[in-house]
Amino acid sequence: MTEGKSMRKSGSISRRRLLTTVGAAVLAASPFRINLLQAEEASIKIGFPVPLTGPYGTEAQDQVRAAGLAVAQFNDAGGLDGRKAELVVRDDKLNPGEAATRTLELVEKEKVSFVVGSLSAAVQLAINNVTKERGVIFNSISQSDAINEAADFSKYTFHEALNPHITSGAVGRYAFPKFGKKVVFLTADYAYGHEMVRGFLEVGKAFDIENLADIRHPIGTTDYSTLLPRIQALKPDILCICNFGRDQQISLKQATDFGLKQTTQIIAPLLSHASRVAAGPQAFEGVIGGCSFYWGIEDKFASTKAFNDAFRKMYDGRLPSDYGALGYGGVRTVLAAVRNAGSVDTDKVVAALEALKYDFYKGPQYYRKCDHQSVQSVMIIKSKSKDMRNESDVFEVISTEEPDEANLRGCAELGHKV
Amino acid sequence: MAGLSLDLIALQLFAGLALGAIYVLFAIGLSLIFGMLTVVNFAHGAFYMVGAYVGLYMLSLGGNFWLCLIGVPLAVGLFGLAVERVLIRPLYGRSIDYPLLLTFGLSYVMVELVRIVFGKTGYPFDTPEILQGAVNIGVGYFPLYRLFVIGAAAAVLLALWLFLEKTSFGLIIRAGARDPQIVRVLGVDVSKVWLIVFGIGTGIAGFAGLLAAPLQGASPEMGGTILAEAFVVTVVGGMGSIGGAVLAGLLVGVVVSMTSLFAPEMAKVSIFALMALVLIVRPQGFFGRAGLMS
Repeated sequence: MTEGKSMRKSGSISRRRLLTTVGAAVLAASPFRINLLQAEEASIKIGFPVPLTGPYGTEAQDQVRAAGLAVAQFNDAGGLDGRKAELVVRDDKLNPGEAATRTLELVEKEKVSFVVGSLSAAVQLAINNVTKERGVIFNSISQSDAINEAADFSKYTFHEALNPHITSGAVGRYAFPKFGKKVVFLTADYAYGHEMVRGFLEVGKAFDIENLADIRHPIGTTDYSTLLPRIQALKPDILCICNFGRDQQISLKQATDFGLKQTTQIIAPLLSHASRVAAGPQAFEGVIGGCSFYWGIEDKFASTKAFNDAFRKMYDGRLPSDYGALGYGGVRTVLAAVRNAGSVDTDKVVAALEALKYDFYKGPQYYRKCDHQSVQSVMIIKSKSKDMRNESDVFEVISTEEPDEANLRGCAELGHKV
Repeated sequence: MAGLSLDLIALQLFAGLALGAIYVLFAIGLSLIFGMLTVVNFAHGAFYMVGAYVGLYMLSLGGNFWLCLIGVPLAVGLFGLAVERVLIRPLYGRSIDYPLLLTFGLSYVMVELVRIVFGKTGYPFDTPEILQGAVNIGVGYFPLYRLFVIGAAAAVLLALWLFLEKTSFGLIIRAGARDPQIVRVLGVDVSKVWLIVFGIGTGIAGFAGLLAAPLQGASPEMGGTILAEAFVVTVVGGMGSIGGAVLAGLLVGVVVSMTSLFAPEMAKVSIFALMALVLIVRPQGFFGRAGLMS
């Protein structure tokens, strides 16, 4: 309950920072400054803008926790020849304008070497605009299709998260043959929701699905009671709820209250671990969706086990969530590339990231050359309501789609020169 | 449009009225406080949110939902009394924007305090077991709990009406709202009347927050969205008119519901369009007294 406080550290000025600043001012006036500055090596700063407040706050806080772990591991292993990394967290308030301002501040004022973060399809594009222009590496850890496309892409842009195309593809390939053809979408009215629906419709062609309606709601909606009667009347086989965070919690709860689950299978492109924990078992019961990470795969991958154990140790036995894992992956890949490159020089780190074949938390992954999309597995999970071993034991993995470039949109289709 | 039937339209209307009941319950306290005290209470949403958290706290102490229905409005109302006595009272007699700015700031303080104490993450709030599930109301299935909310809102309105119209204290409140000077001359302590009105208004806000918690959970920001909607309700109904708030609340609910059926993207905009329309045709709202704001 006191987590709120621990998130603030990055905002305050530490004694060391103050001394460094004062020291720098004194040095600026001194004739010895060049030699001395070389001796004093600054930390490697990673800017981390995420929506700590607002409807995705729960997920964002876990991203910060896990990113903190990646930084701590890098530093414990000696950093880059003794140079330590430092995470500079900012609240982007789930607002593209706010995110752009905070990112600019991170780049200009905090002089961060890299930016990792974001938790919104729309906000990450705003961050990417800033980093792209300033030539700073940005590793995005939330879903977006647009970020892969040539128009938004730059050589500094990396995408550790899944994108809606692969996610909806995997969930659709699993659900459509099993539960029926008549589908209604309930969609958060912004890039994430739109891209998910597009993905489902695309994969749905192969299964001949019928799109009965795509009902859109604004992000942050707290009452779905006026949208649900129509869904009830349409009698779909599948209700596909394409929203996220608190929106997902509330819409699933209210759909359950309306008795929709009795006649309809509810699926979601992504089931958020933090949302499921926050909402309790009732609302999510029987719901099927995708995810990029679930701690339960630790039986399958040694890397997952190691990540879980380190996370447990650092955070009093707590287990990492899906988006937490992305925070970890996003920062860890950048720091691994820094170590491989032996430098924080942007071009060298870009090359090192492109060359990286890694298995840090969920099995093998790599960044595709043309769009820097991380090629990785997608898990299909179902919410559990009984036989739970601990408070994080909320899903069961019912199917896995292995990493395969064929499930991504082609490089040429995205507008990249091949 | 596919699937459109008379049953659906009827169900949609009903959903609108049910949603309207929540708006009414929230807006009524806002309207009461404005009508009597001419205080535009921007912290009303924060009191609503506090109601949900007080409910959570009482449940964690081992209370049940039914006890919360009594305990929460009392606790939030008491808090409201303290706020009136310490913060609002010194501002009477000044221009209307002083208490407005004060309560605006207060709402930020309250939200931030809840974030610090309970965390930024919301909490789930289970629907009381006996009210779970959906029932067939003839035109389709509707959640039992929402029917309960309609009943609870009606009960609060009835109690408030009886209190204001049928008790001698209610008479003093109404007189105090119309002409505080004369009431004071008659030897009534008007400041005590205002204190109690503010307590009742905030108590009802807390009650509404508790009722909303099983629908959407408890989160620090939950008062923000509904505050905007409640202001529309009070403006459309007429600032300070309780009857107006009831009518406008139900109307706004139905407008949202009907727009949701045909153009869900427009649902949020529709209530502001309604407000603009009403303001053009009838600037004081349905039952508002002209000149109250000046």
